[in-house]
Amino acid sequence: MSTTLVIPGEAEVKSTKEVNRQGYQEFQIGQYRFTRDEYFAHIMYPGNRHIMQIDAFLRALMRDVAWGFFYGTVNFDTVFGTVNHYGTVEMFVGLFNEAYRKSNTHYVETFHSKDLKKTFEQILDAWTNEGFDPFAAPEETGEPFGVRHGNNTKAVQRQRVTARRMVGLPGDTPVRTDANGFTVNRQFADVVQDQPEIHANPGFENEVHAYNLFAYLSRSDVTWNPSVCSVVSDSLLCPTTEEYSLPIIHGNDRVEWFIQVSDEIFWEIDDKATGRPRAKVMMKAGDVAAMPADIRHRGFSPKRSMLIVWENNNDGLPAMHANGVLKPYPVEF
Amino acid sequence: MSSQTVFGSLNSYEKGGVQVIDDDPKHYCFSNVFEVASKSRPYEKVAVGQNLKYVIEALRAEGNSPWFAADHDEAALVMDGEVEVHLIQPDQPLVPAGKEGSVRLAAEPKGKEMGWVKARRGHMALLPKGAAYQFRSAKPGVLLLQTIKGDCTVEKWGKICQTAAA
Repeated sequence: MSTTLVIPGEAEVKSTKEVNRQGYQEFQIGQYRFTRDEYFAHIMYPGNRHIMQIDAFLRALMRDVAWGFFYGTVNFDTVFGTVNHYGTVEMFVGLFNEAYRKSNTHYVETFHSKDLKKTFEQILDAWTNEGFDPFAAPEETGEPFGVRHGNNTKAVQRQRVTARRMVGLPGDTPVRTDANGFTVNRQFADVVQDQPEIHANPGFENEVHAYNLFAYLSRSDVTWNPSVCSVVSDSLLCPTTEEYSLPIIHGNDRVEWFIQVSDEIFWEIDDKATGRPRAKVMMKAGDVAAMPADIRHRGFSPKRSMLIVWENNNDGLPAMHANGVLKPYPVEF
Repeated sequence: MSSQTVFGSLNSYEKGGVQVIDDDPKHYCFSNVFEVASKSRPYEKVAVGQNLKYVIEALRAEGNSPWFAADHDEAALVMDGEVEVHLIQPDQPLVPAGKEGSVRLAAEPKGKEMGWVKARRGHMALLPKGAAYQFRSAKPGVLLLQTIKGDCTVEKWGKICQTAAA
């Protein structure tokens, strides 16, 4: 089966008011149907079903929702995921899996982004139990398993930070402090919290500016969630704190770069289209590496670490890579 | 149990690497900012990342830098050491409108002193559009600059990046 169905108008989104015997609502969009039980998410599509452990599913779903489907492909695992076309989204089974493609058993539907995002937000809220935070490191949160009990709406509705110019400038996203609810993370207790000395002459208070980025990161309450902290036109520095493993396998539609700020992350690099292994990248503090546009990557961070993800937000890039105008790697030397 | 956070410095850093399975390590442009700065001249603006016209430059901060200016914002992140950033609002524009990247000035420009910032490791400073700026660092340190590729950008990818399989 290789059905590709493009829904031109509003996608039909359904959720049951009734709940199953474990207490969970069922959701449907297009020809996909989502159900969960104590341990698993079940993704039904015409003629077949894909199953995922519920903790992995919710962690991946959280990123897909918070990032607005992010850049390119968000693989929940090696089979199921989404491709962002910035206005529409493909939701797929097996599209980037060599065996599914070879056997013609992949399945794709296209939705308006707002429709799929709404459905994903509903699933996330309805299936996240009290005490489980899909953005938190496993050691810092409860378990998602069991029959429905409570919710964690506040955690799953966090907004991704996007500075317009630089964190801390008047009118821009604020620095993190104890007072606004961001305490230093247990694994960054030794990170210096000093602030830069700022000596602004009268009239230049809004231009002479600096802040402690590392202290800001040490107070992040989420993992694997790049947030824009400084902007130079389309150049976005998106620092993030990482612990345990990236809950998705990211296949970018452009080149992105990593700057390892602290500690270390081990990256597995596979081919974006087939999933075949291509490289392993070990990054330590001060290391810089490009992630080419034709790979997918997944990171593993044994200790909570600081990483700067650097993105080019030019919306013409996906087409230029897809058409071969740009090579998948950033520099020839 | 408490965890020790490991940062790098000019004097102490470990470098990872690319272990190739079926690829070319050059595609990953793998380098280390402390290693780059340890081999650079003071304030040489060495590109360690490039995303079309945008670059991340690694600078060895040592002594006083030349004065620079750009027609767009830039951001400077101190990765090691203690660096002062002095800012002047020039009487006349120093960079043609629309020119990309930072421009090295012949001397300190005439204008209003905007102020200065003393930044240490982890501190990020704004280099505002149109302002002239100078870095001052009593001891060797390392800066990362978020900017656009320009006349002062130095590219030496073959010297700084991993080129062979690990």
